[in-house]
Amino acid sequence: MEDREGCQVIVNLRVNDEIRSAVARPADTLLDVLREKLGLTGAKPGCKNGDCGACTVLVDGWPQKSCLVLAVEAVGQWITTIEGLKDTPIQRAFIEQWAFQCGYCTPGFIMNSHGLIQHHPNANDETIKDWLSSNICRCTGYREIKDAVTSVLKEK
Amino acid sequence: MDVIGKSVPRKESPDKVTGRAKYTGDSMETGLLHARMAASPYAHARIVKVDTSHAWGIQGVRAIITGDFCDVLTGEEIRDRPILAKDKVRYFGETVAVVVADSEVSAKRAADAIHIQYDPLPVVNSPAAAIEKNAPLVHENMMSYEKAIGVASIPGTNIPSLIKIRKGDMEQGWRECGTIIENTVSFAPSDHSAMETRSALAEISPDGRIHIETSSQAPFAVKKYMGLYFNIEQGRIRVKTPLVGGGYGGKAAIQLELIAYLASKAVGGRKVKIVNTREEDMVTSPAHIGLEARVKLGCTDEGKIRAAEIVYLFDGGAYCDKSSDVARAAAADCTGPYAIEHLHCDCYTVYTNHPYATAYRGYGHAELTFAMERALDVLAEKAGLDPLELRLRNAVVPGNTSPTRNVLTASNLGNLQACIGRLRILAEWDDWKIKTIDSHKIRAKGISCCWKNSSMDPNASSGAVISFNADASVNVESGVVEIGTGTKTVLAQMVAERMKMAPEHVHVRIRVNTMITPEHWKTVASRGTFMAGRAVLEAADDAIAQLLRIAACVLRTDPEELELGYGKIYVKADPSIHIKVKDICYGYTYPSGNSIGGQIIGRGSYMQSRMTYLDPHTGEGRPGPEWNVAAQAVEVELDTREYRYKILKAISVIDAGKVLNPKGAEGQVMGAMSMGLGFAGRESFLFDGQGVVLNASLRDYTLIRYGEHPDYVVEFVETPCVEAPFGARALGEHGLIGMPAALASALSRAAGVRLNELPLIPELIWRLKAGMPHDSD
Ligand code: FES
Ligand code: FES
Repeated sequence: MEDREGCQVIVNLRVNDEIRSAVARPADTLLDVLREKLGLTGAKPGCKNGDCGACTVLVDGWPQKSCLVLAVEAVGQWITTIEGLKDTPIQRAFIEQWAFQCGYCTPGFIMNSHGLIQHHPNANDETIKDWLSSNICRCTGYREIKDAVTSVLKEK
Repeated sequence: MDVIGKSVPRKESPDKVTGRAKYTGDSMETGLLHARMAASPYAHARIVKVDTSHAWGIQGVRAIITGDFCDVLTGEEIRDRPILAKDKVRYFGETVAVVVADSEVSAKRAADAIHIQYDPLPVVNSPAAAIEKNAPLVHENMMSYEKAIGVASIPGTNIPSLIKIRKGDMEQGWRECGTIIENTVSFAPSDHSAMETRSALAEISPDGRIHIETSSQAPFAVKKYMGLYFNIEQGRIRVKTPLVGGGYGGKAAIQLELIAYLASKAVGGRKVKIVNTREEDMVTSPAHIGLEARVKLGCTDEGKIRAAEIVYLFDGGAYCDKSSDVARAAAADCTGPYAIEHLHCDCYTVYTNHPYATAYRGYGHAELTFAMERALDVLAEKAGLDPLELRLRNAVVPGNTSPTRNVLTASNLGNLQACIGRLRILAEWDDWKIKTIDSHKIRAKGISCCWKNSSMDPNASSGAVISFNADASVNVESGVVEIGTGTKTVLAQMVAERMKMAPEHVHVRIRVNTMITPEHWKTVASRGTFMAGRAVLEAADDAIAQLLRIAACVLRTDPEELELGYGKIYVKADPSIHIKVKDICYGYTYPSGNSIGGQIIGRGSYMQSRMTYLDPHTGEGRPGPEWNVAAQAVEVELDTREYRYKILKAISVIDAGKVLNPKGAEGQVMGAMSMGLGFAGRESFLFDGQGVVLNASLRDYTLIRYGEHPDYVVEFVETPCVEAPFGARALGEHGLIGMPAALASALSRAAGVRLNELPLIPELIWRLKAGMPHDSD
């Protein structure tokens, strides 16, 4: 049988303000490379199908589901993962508002919310819903997540 | 009280917002092997041939195993399940073969390259079909399986378990009733859908010791049952569990660990990792139970329910796992929180060719509640009573007996009438129940009451160790798994309260390692605060006693004269005489260099007392220490043109005994309500005529998303449970339990039809409105 495994490339990624390189298959997703090659396990797999948003990272400031992006496609773009956020208002708000329980969906929700706050500092409920409905949280009833996001928007 | 009753933030919060929090699937290391499964595309078929020759041609494949690799049967109540299917498959998605390879990609490619030839068999596609005469048998050898105490199977059928509850005299009961109704309900199995799919790693050391890492709610049960299944001393099995990304009962089942172990065995004990895909997590791993039920109820002219005859047919799926035990829990509380003197309940667990069922938040109670509450609505309607009034008149009170014939007290029950009373006000029940908004919008409300006795194995236990650090802070070690409920934070609050110290100085260890962590049987049934709480308090008392002994020596007095608090031990009569905890918690050194004591280590353990198995003929017994009660309501807005609806408001009033951490408690309840509304409104496996699940992905199996959630109203009543730490009752499941019934009630009222099936999708309402034939008719 032909050996497709053999074909690997070197990908240089700009992650959290560092240049990181990894050897990966052209078919590897950004999610898998971040987690398995770069040790950035904050982005979580929940479906690897674009349905849950647990894998959300920022690519050039915009939330992207990293399970739907090939690592090779992300070359040359600025990638921010949850590990790249340091004491941001949204992280603090998630703690203060109890916006998580098991925490598995949290990195994805925080990255998405962070992107939202950067792009729409005056977002109304409809915009928030538009953005955040791409993520699933199975533990909370979403109210605390709403409270966290709106508390940061209000501060702005 | 200083710490109890405060919203102390979760101990693991900083890790969870920075990506530092580690879950099982986050373990990566060089040299790790990966396993992937080949799953059955049929719900019931004979396995004719498994051809692995192509799969072996894929680079990096190290082992391929099938059912022949191991002939152990597994199961907690009934040992009926092979780890990999053998001879035949019994559900869609069942694991038939496992490939171990150097990378996940190779393992997956090889798994896809395995050619399996099947010979399809007739499918048992519902509980009703399972009990038909001449139904195909899912398990031909059911009677030969090893069974736990109290499991009564019926030979030659698809019924692995029948539980009977008998109370009073049915004939007399019916005679007293002026109004009698009958109602049937049904729903298919569904999924837990934790955001973290299940995963496990296994390694076998050269001396045969087994190391498991697993995303489990029950690492100690994994240790016990692996020992049992593979005949290995339990001490040689070590199970580790880090944070778990949601469980809801689904991760209390032992499944992937067994596959990981066999996979490791197949490669000479090397470490193997297996992570469920979402699709596998939904159908291959165990699911949420389905139900078909018939309830006959009668009440007097005063609205007193005198008799109930109930038949529950639980869809356990292809294997028993916890389904017969879920059924037992449902049977024990079969009436819901109502005092019914004459009672006859037959509670069947049946085998079907559906994904097999395990525990699910509420453990049989959302299910029984849906059946009972729908019947209560019909009874109220027929008797011409207000539904809330009917519930209030029949609400259990201290002095009544449970279906299991236990005498109920304020302590072991809580106050349902108070819950209903608050609900009446919060839901504005007496103001309106249905109203027209405009030409095509109707709003309506529905209510439900529930109770749940959190039953565990009668000998379940929990242990705790508290050790001091030299700075007088303490470390708390408990076997509770942090699945998102915040229990470890609550345990820290309890220790802080008892030892009169700041909660910041109480450190908890989140990870569980069965070799060093004291046992906590399973992180299920909302028993964490009760059982681990009792253990932790005993450990705290033990540590305090040790501190006082040393302090008494140094201060030249009796320990009884002393008290601990605020970092000091002081003489009660004269607090100015004291010694700092940090000067004695690692032993005390006199000026001469003489030293006494040593590191203070407190221990505690708790086992529920006087629990019993249920009598198989009458159901008499003591299944759990306390019933906890709640009253709930849902308000909907129905579009009468398309039958789409919005859930506007969801209310829960729960007797919490004592709220230990308000934000945590409220979050648990809201999350549970959301899950219950999802289960009721949209979640169900969609089976085709051959038992194939058509919606095994989060794209087709749609969970509630941000913005679809209702306004939540959560209130607590506080009737202490005497046995529980600080009086606190279980509340992590109650939010869910009444939601399906309340939603169905509200929608039935809005649409003017009787909705007795789940999920409550617009099509169902439309069918009933259009008078189309339907299963429940
Ligand atoms: S893992 Fe990427 S959306 Fe679910
Ligand atoms: S906190 Fe568990 S899924 Fe969101």
